[in-house]
Amino acid sequence: MIPENIKKILSNEDKKVATRKAYGERLAELGEKNKNIVALDCDLSKSTMTALFARKFPDRFFNFGIAESNMISAAAGLSTMGKIPFASTFAVFASKRACDQVSISVAYPHLNVKICATHSGVSIGEDGATHQAIIDAAIMRAMPGMVVLSPCDGTETKKVIDRIAEYKGPCYVRLCRVASPVIFNESYNFEIGKGIKIMEGGSATIISAGFTTHIAMQAARKLEEDGIEVDLINMVSIKPIDSKLIIESAKKTGLVITVEDHSVIGGLGGAVCEVLSCNMPTKVVRLGVQDKFGSSGSPSELVSAYGFDAASIIKTVKENIC
Amino acid sequence: MEEDKRKELEEMAKKIRVDIVEMLCESGSGHPGGSLSLADIFSYLYFSGIMNIDPKNPNKKDRDRIVLSKGHACPVWYAALAEKGYFDKSHLKTLRKYGSMLQGHPDMNKTPGVDMTTGSLGQGLSCAVGMALGAKLDKLGCRIFAIVGDGECDEGQIWEAAMSAFHYKLDNLIAILDRNSLQIDGYTKDIMNSEPMINKWKSFGWEVIEINGHNLDEIESSIEKALNIKNKPVCIVANTIKGKGVSFMEGECGWHGKAPSEEEKEKAIRDCMCKA
Ligand SMILES: Cc1ncc(C[n+]2csc(CCOP(=O)(O)OP(=O)(O)O)c2C)c(N)n1
Ligand SMILES: [Mg+2]
Repeated sequence: MIPENIKKILSNEDKKVATRKAYGERLAELGEKNKNIVALDCDLSKSTMTALFARKFPDRFFNFGIAESNMISAAAGLSTMGKIPFASTFAVFASKRACDQVSISVAYPHLNVKICATHSGVSIGEDGATHQAIIDAAIMRAMPGMVVLSPCDGTETKKVIDRIAEYKGPCYVRLCRVASPVIFNESYNFEIGKGIKIMEGGSATIISAGFTTHIAMQAARKLEEDGIEVDLINMVSIKPIDSKLIIESAKKTGLVITVEDHSVIGGLGGAVCEVLSCNMPTKVVRLGVQDKFGSSGSPSELVSAYGFDAASIIKTVKENIC
Repeated sequence: MEEDKRKELEEMAKKIRVDIVEMLCESGSGHPGGSLSLADIFSYLYFSGIMNIDPKNPNKKDRDRIVLSKGHACPVWYAALAEKGYFDKSHLKTLRKYGSMLQGHPDMNKTPGVDMTTGSLGQGLSCAVGMALGAKLDKLGCRIFAIVGDGECDEGQIWEAAMSAFHYKLDNLIAILDRNSLQIDGYTKDIMNSEPMINKWKSFGWEVIEINGHNLDEIESSIEKALNIKNKPVCIVANTIKGKGVSFMEGECGWHGKAPSEEEKEKAIRDCMCKA
């Protein structure tokens, strides 16, 4: 069931947007208001969509070529000069190639760098395992002081970008390649550290973040038709995570299913387990990539093959409710 | 350079060397070799008046910045900062101890005057590139000095940074390469031959000035020249002696990362006080 207050903030348009596109558009808009914003990229600006900013503000856009480590450390340097650097590349490279630079140049001095990484998850599709970031949230979450955000649609992405531009400190934003349904309308409000319960029910809790939220919504609606009502939580703020929301829901339902386009190790699923294990021990089933690398295929094929399509979510809920 | 000024800077370099030895002895660990090789350069940077800095206002916006890309050499930096009055000299005794503002590697949030956190080799020059870009955007007119190790140049990131500094015509960025010919496991030529070093920087588009990094006149003329070069970054290749000033440490790779004992300390300090 969708609560009345949530109905007001859900979009009723039948529109699809890639979160990377929403990011590029918002960054270009923000660039007008805030002259301290600069954008950095590593030869992927047409894919990460920072090209939209580059076109408007060529003097405040820096392409570093295919040198992610250099870009991240340079972003740190720019931030010490009072700039607000938005550094973009594919999530695989931001998290793994430049891991030490994110850790030592950015996170350790707690600098005001915004790493907005696109093409996360197996849902990027055909490029295959080398380009599918499935441990990026795990890596970034483990960095002390790093805020990790995984917006689920275009609206939420824009709100996230607005918010992190104001927030002082390092942030990692996990964005997606393919277009997905717009879930929220403009009146949706985002806060760092807060999740949002989109649907209410007592049988189980489904917690999702990022690309999978629209899939989890489909599953929850289908379950409702079958007479099974669930709590559906969109946990955009993977770190800091909304512990209160998770604990309250788990207390009520006694069963939690996490869904993410990421490894089940260390990402959203891991974070939810960490919260529950010491506060409210609850059975948690983690859907996502199961200790495997990705592979080529179409996004929808891969989402099914890796077991976090709507059918897999429904099956998991039904198998685990008592 | 005038005789008085040279004398003053030489005296300061001696003081810095003594500080380094005493600091490391007290902490029982740290990196003497690569700190001592930079003492003359740091004496010049902080005490010749070349830098636009104010120890009473360490965060002033248009200050010149130093990034110690070879972060393990921070004792030389801490000594210079203390001598310059950024903080009380008594802090030097706390080097590497729990709760100290003087961490084992530079920490910009703990130490006044430290402009960038470093310690993982290869990153500092990139940070300096970012600073130089930021300084240009705001037309601050400040200069960024990045101190790089010769072993550190094994890191690919140094060359990524070098390429980008040329690409963005960062004439407000000066790299000082502490070419002491040693890294941890031995001579750079044996561990990873980075020659021809001068030609590498030149081929990356940088202006290169080679000097004796212990000669204050050469340090001065190279920096003065570097500050006037337009449209490209400058690399001052400073040929130095690792452990310079302490006879038994000079040119010895064994003194890269260990502290002198009490007896060694006496001898080391005596050496440092002698005329160079
Ligand atoms: C990325 C990285 N790898 C390894 C080390 C360990 N390490 C510290 S100092 C050093 C040798 C540095 O040699 P050089 O740059 O020539 O410095 P110097 O001789 O001036 O001390 C190494 C390998 C490090 N700090 N960072
Ligand atoms: Mg060396």
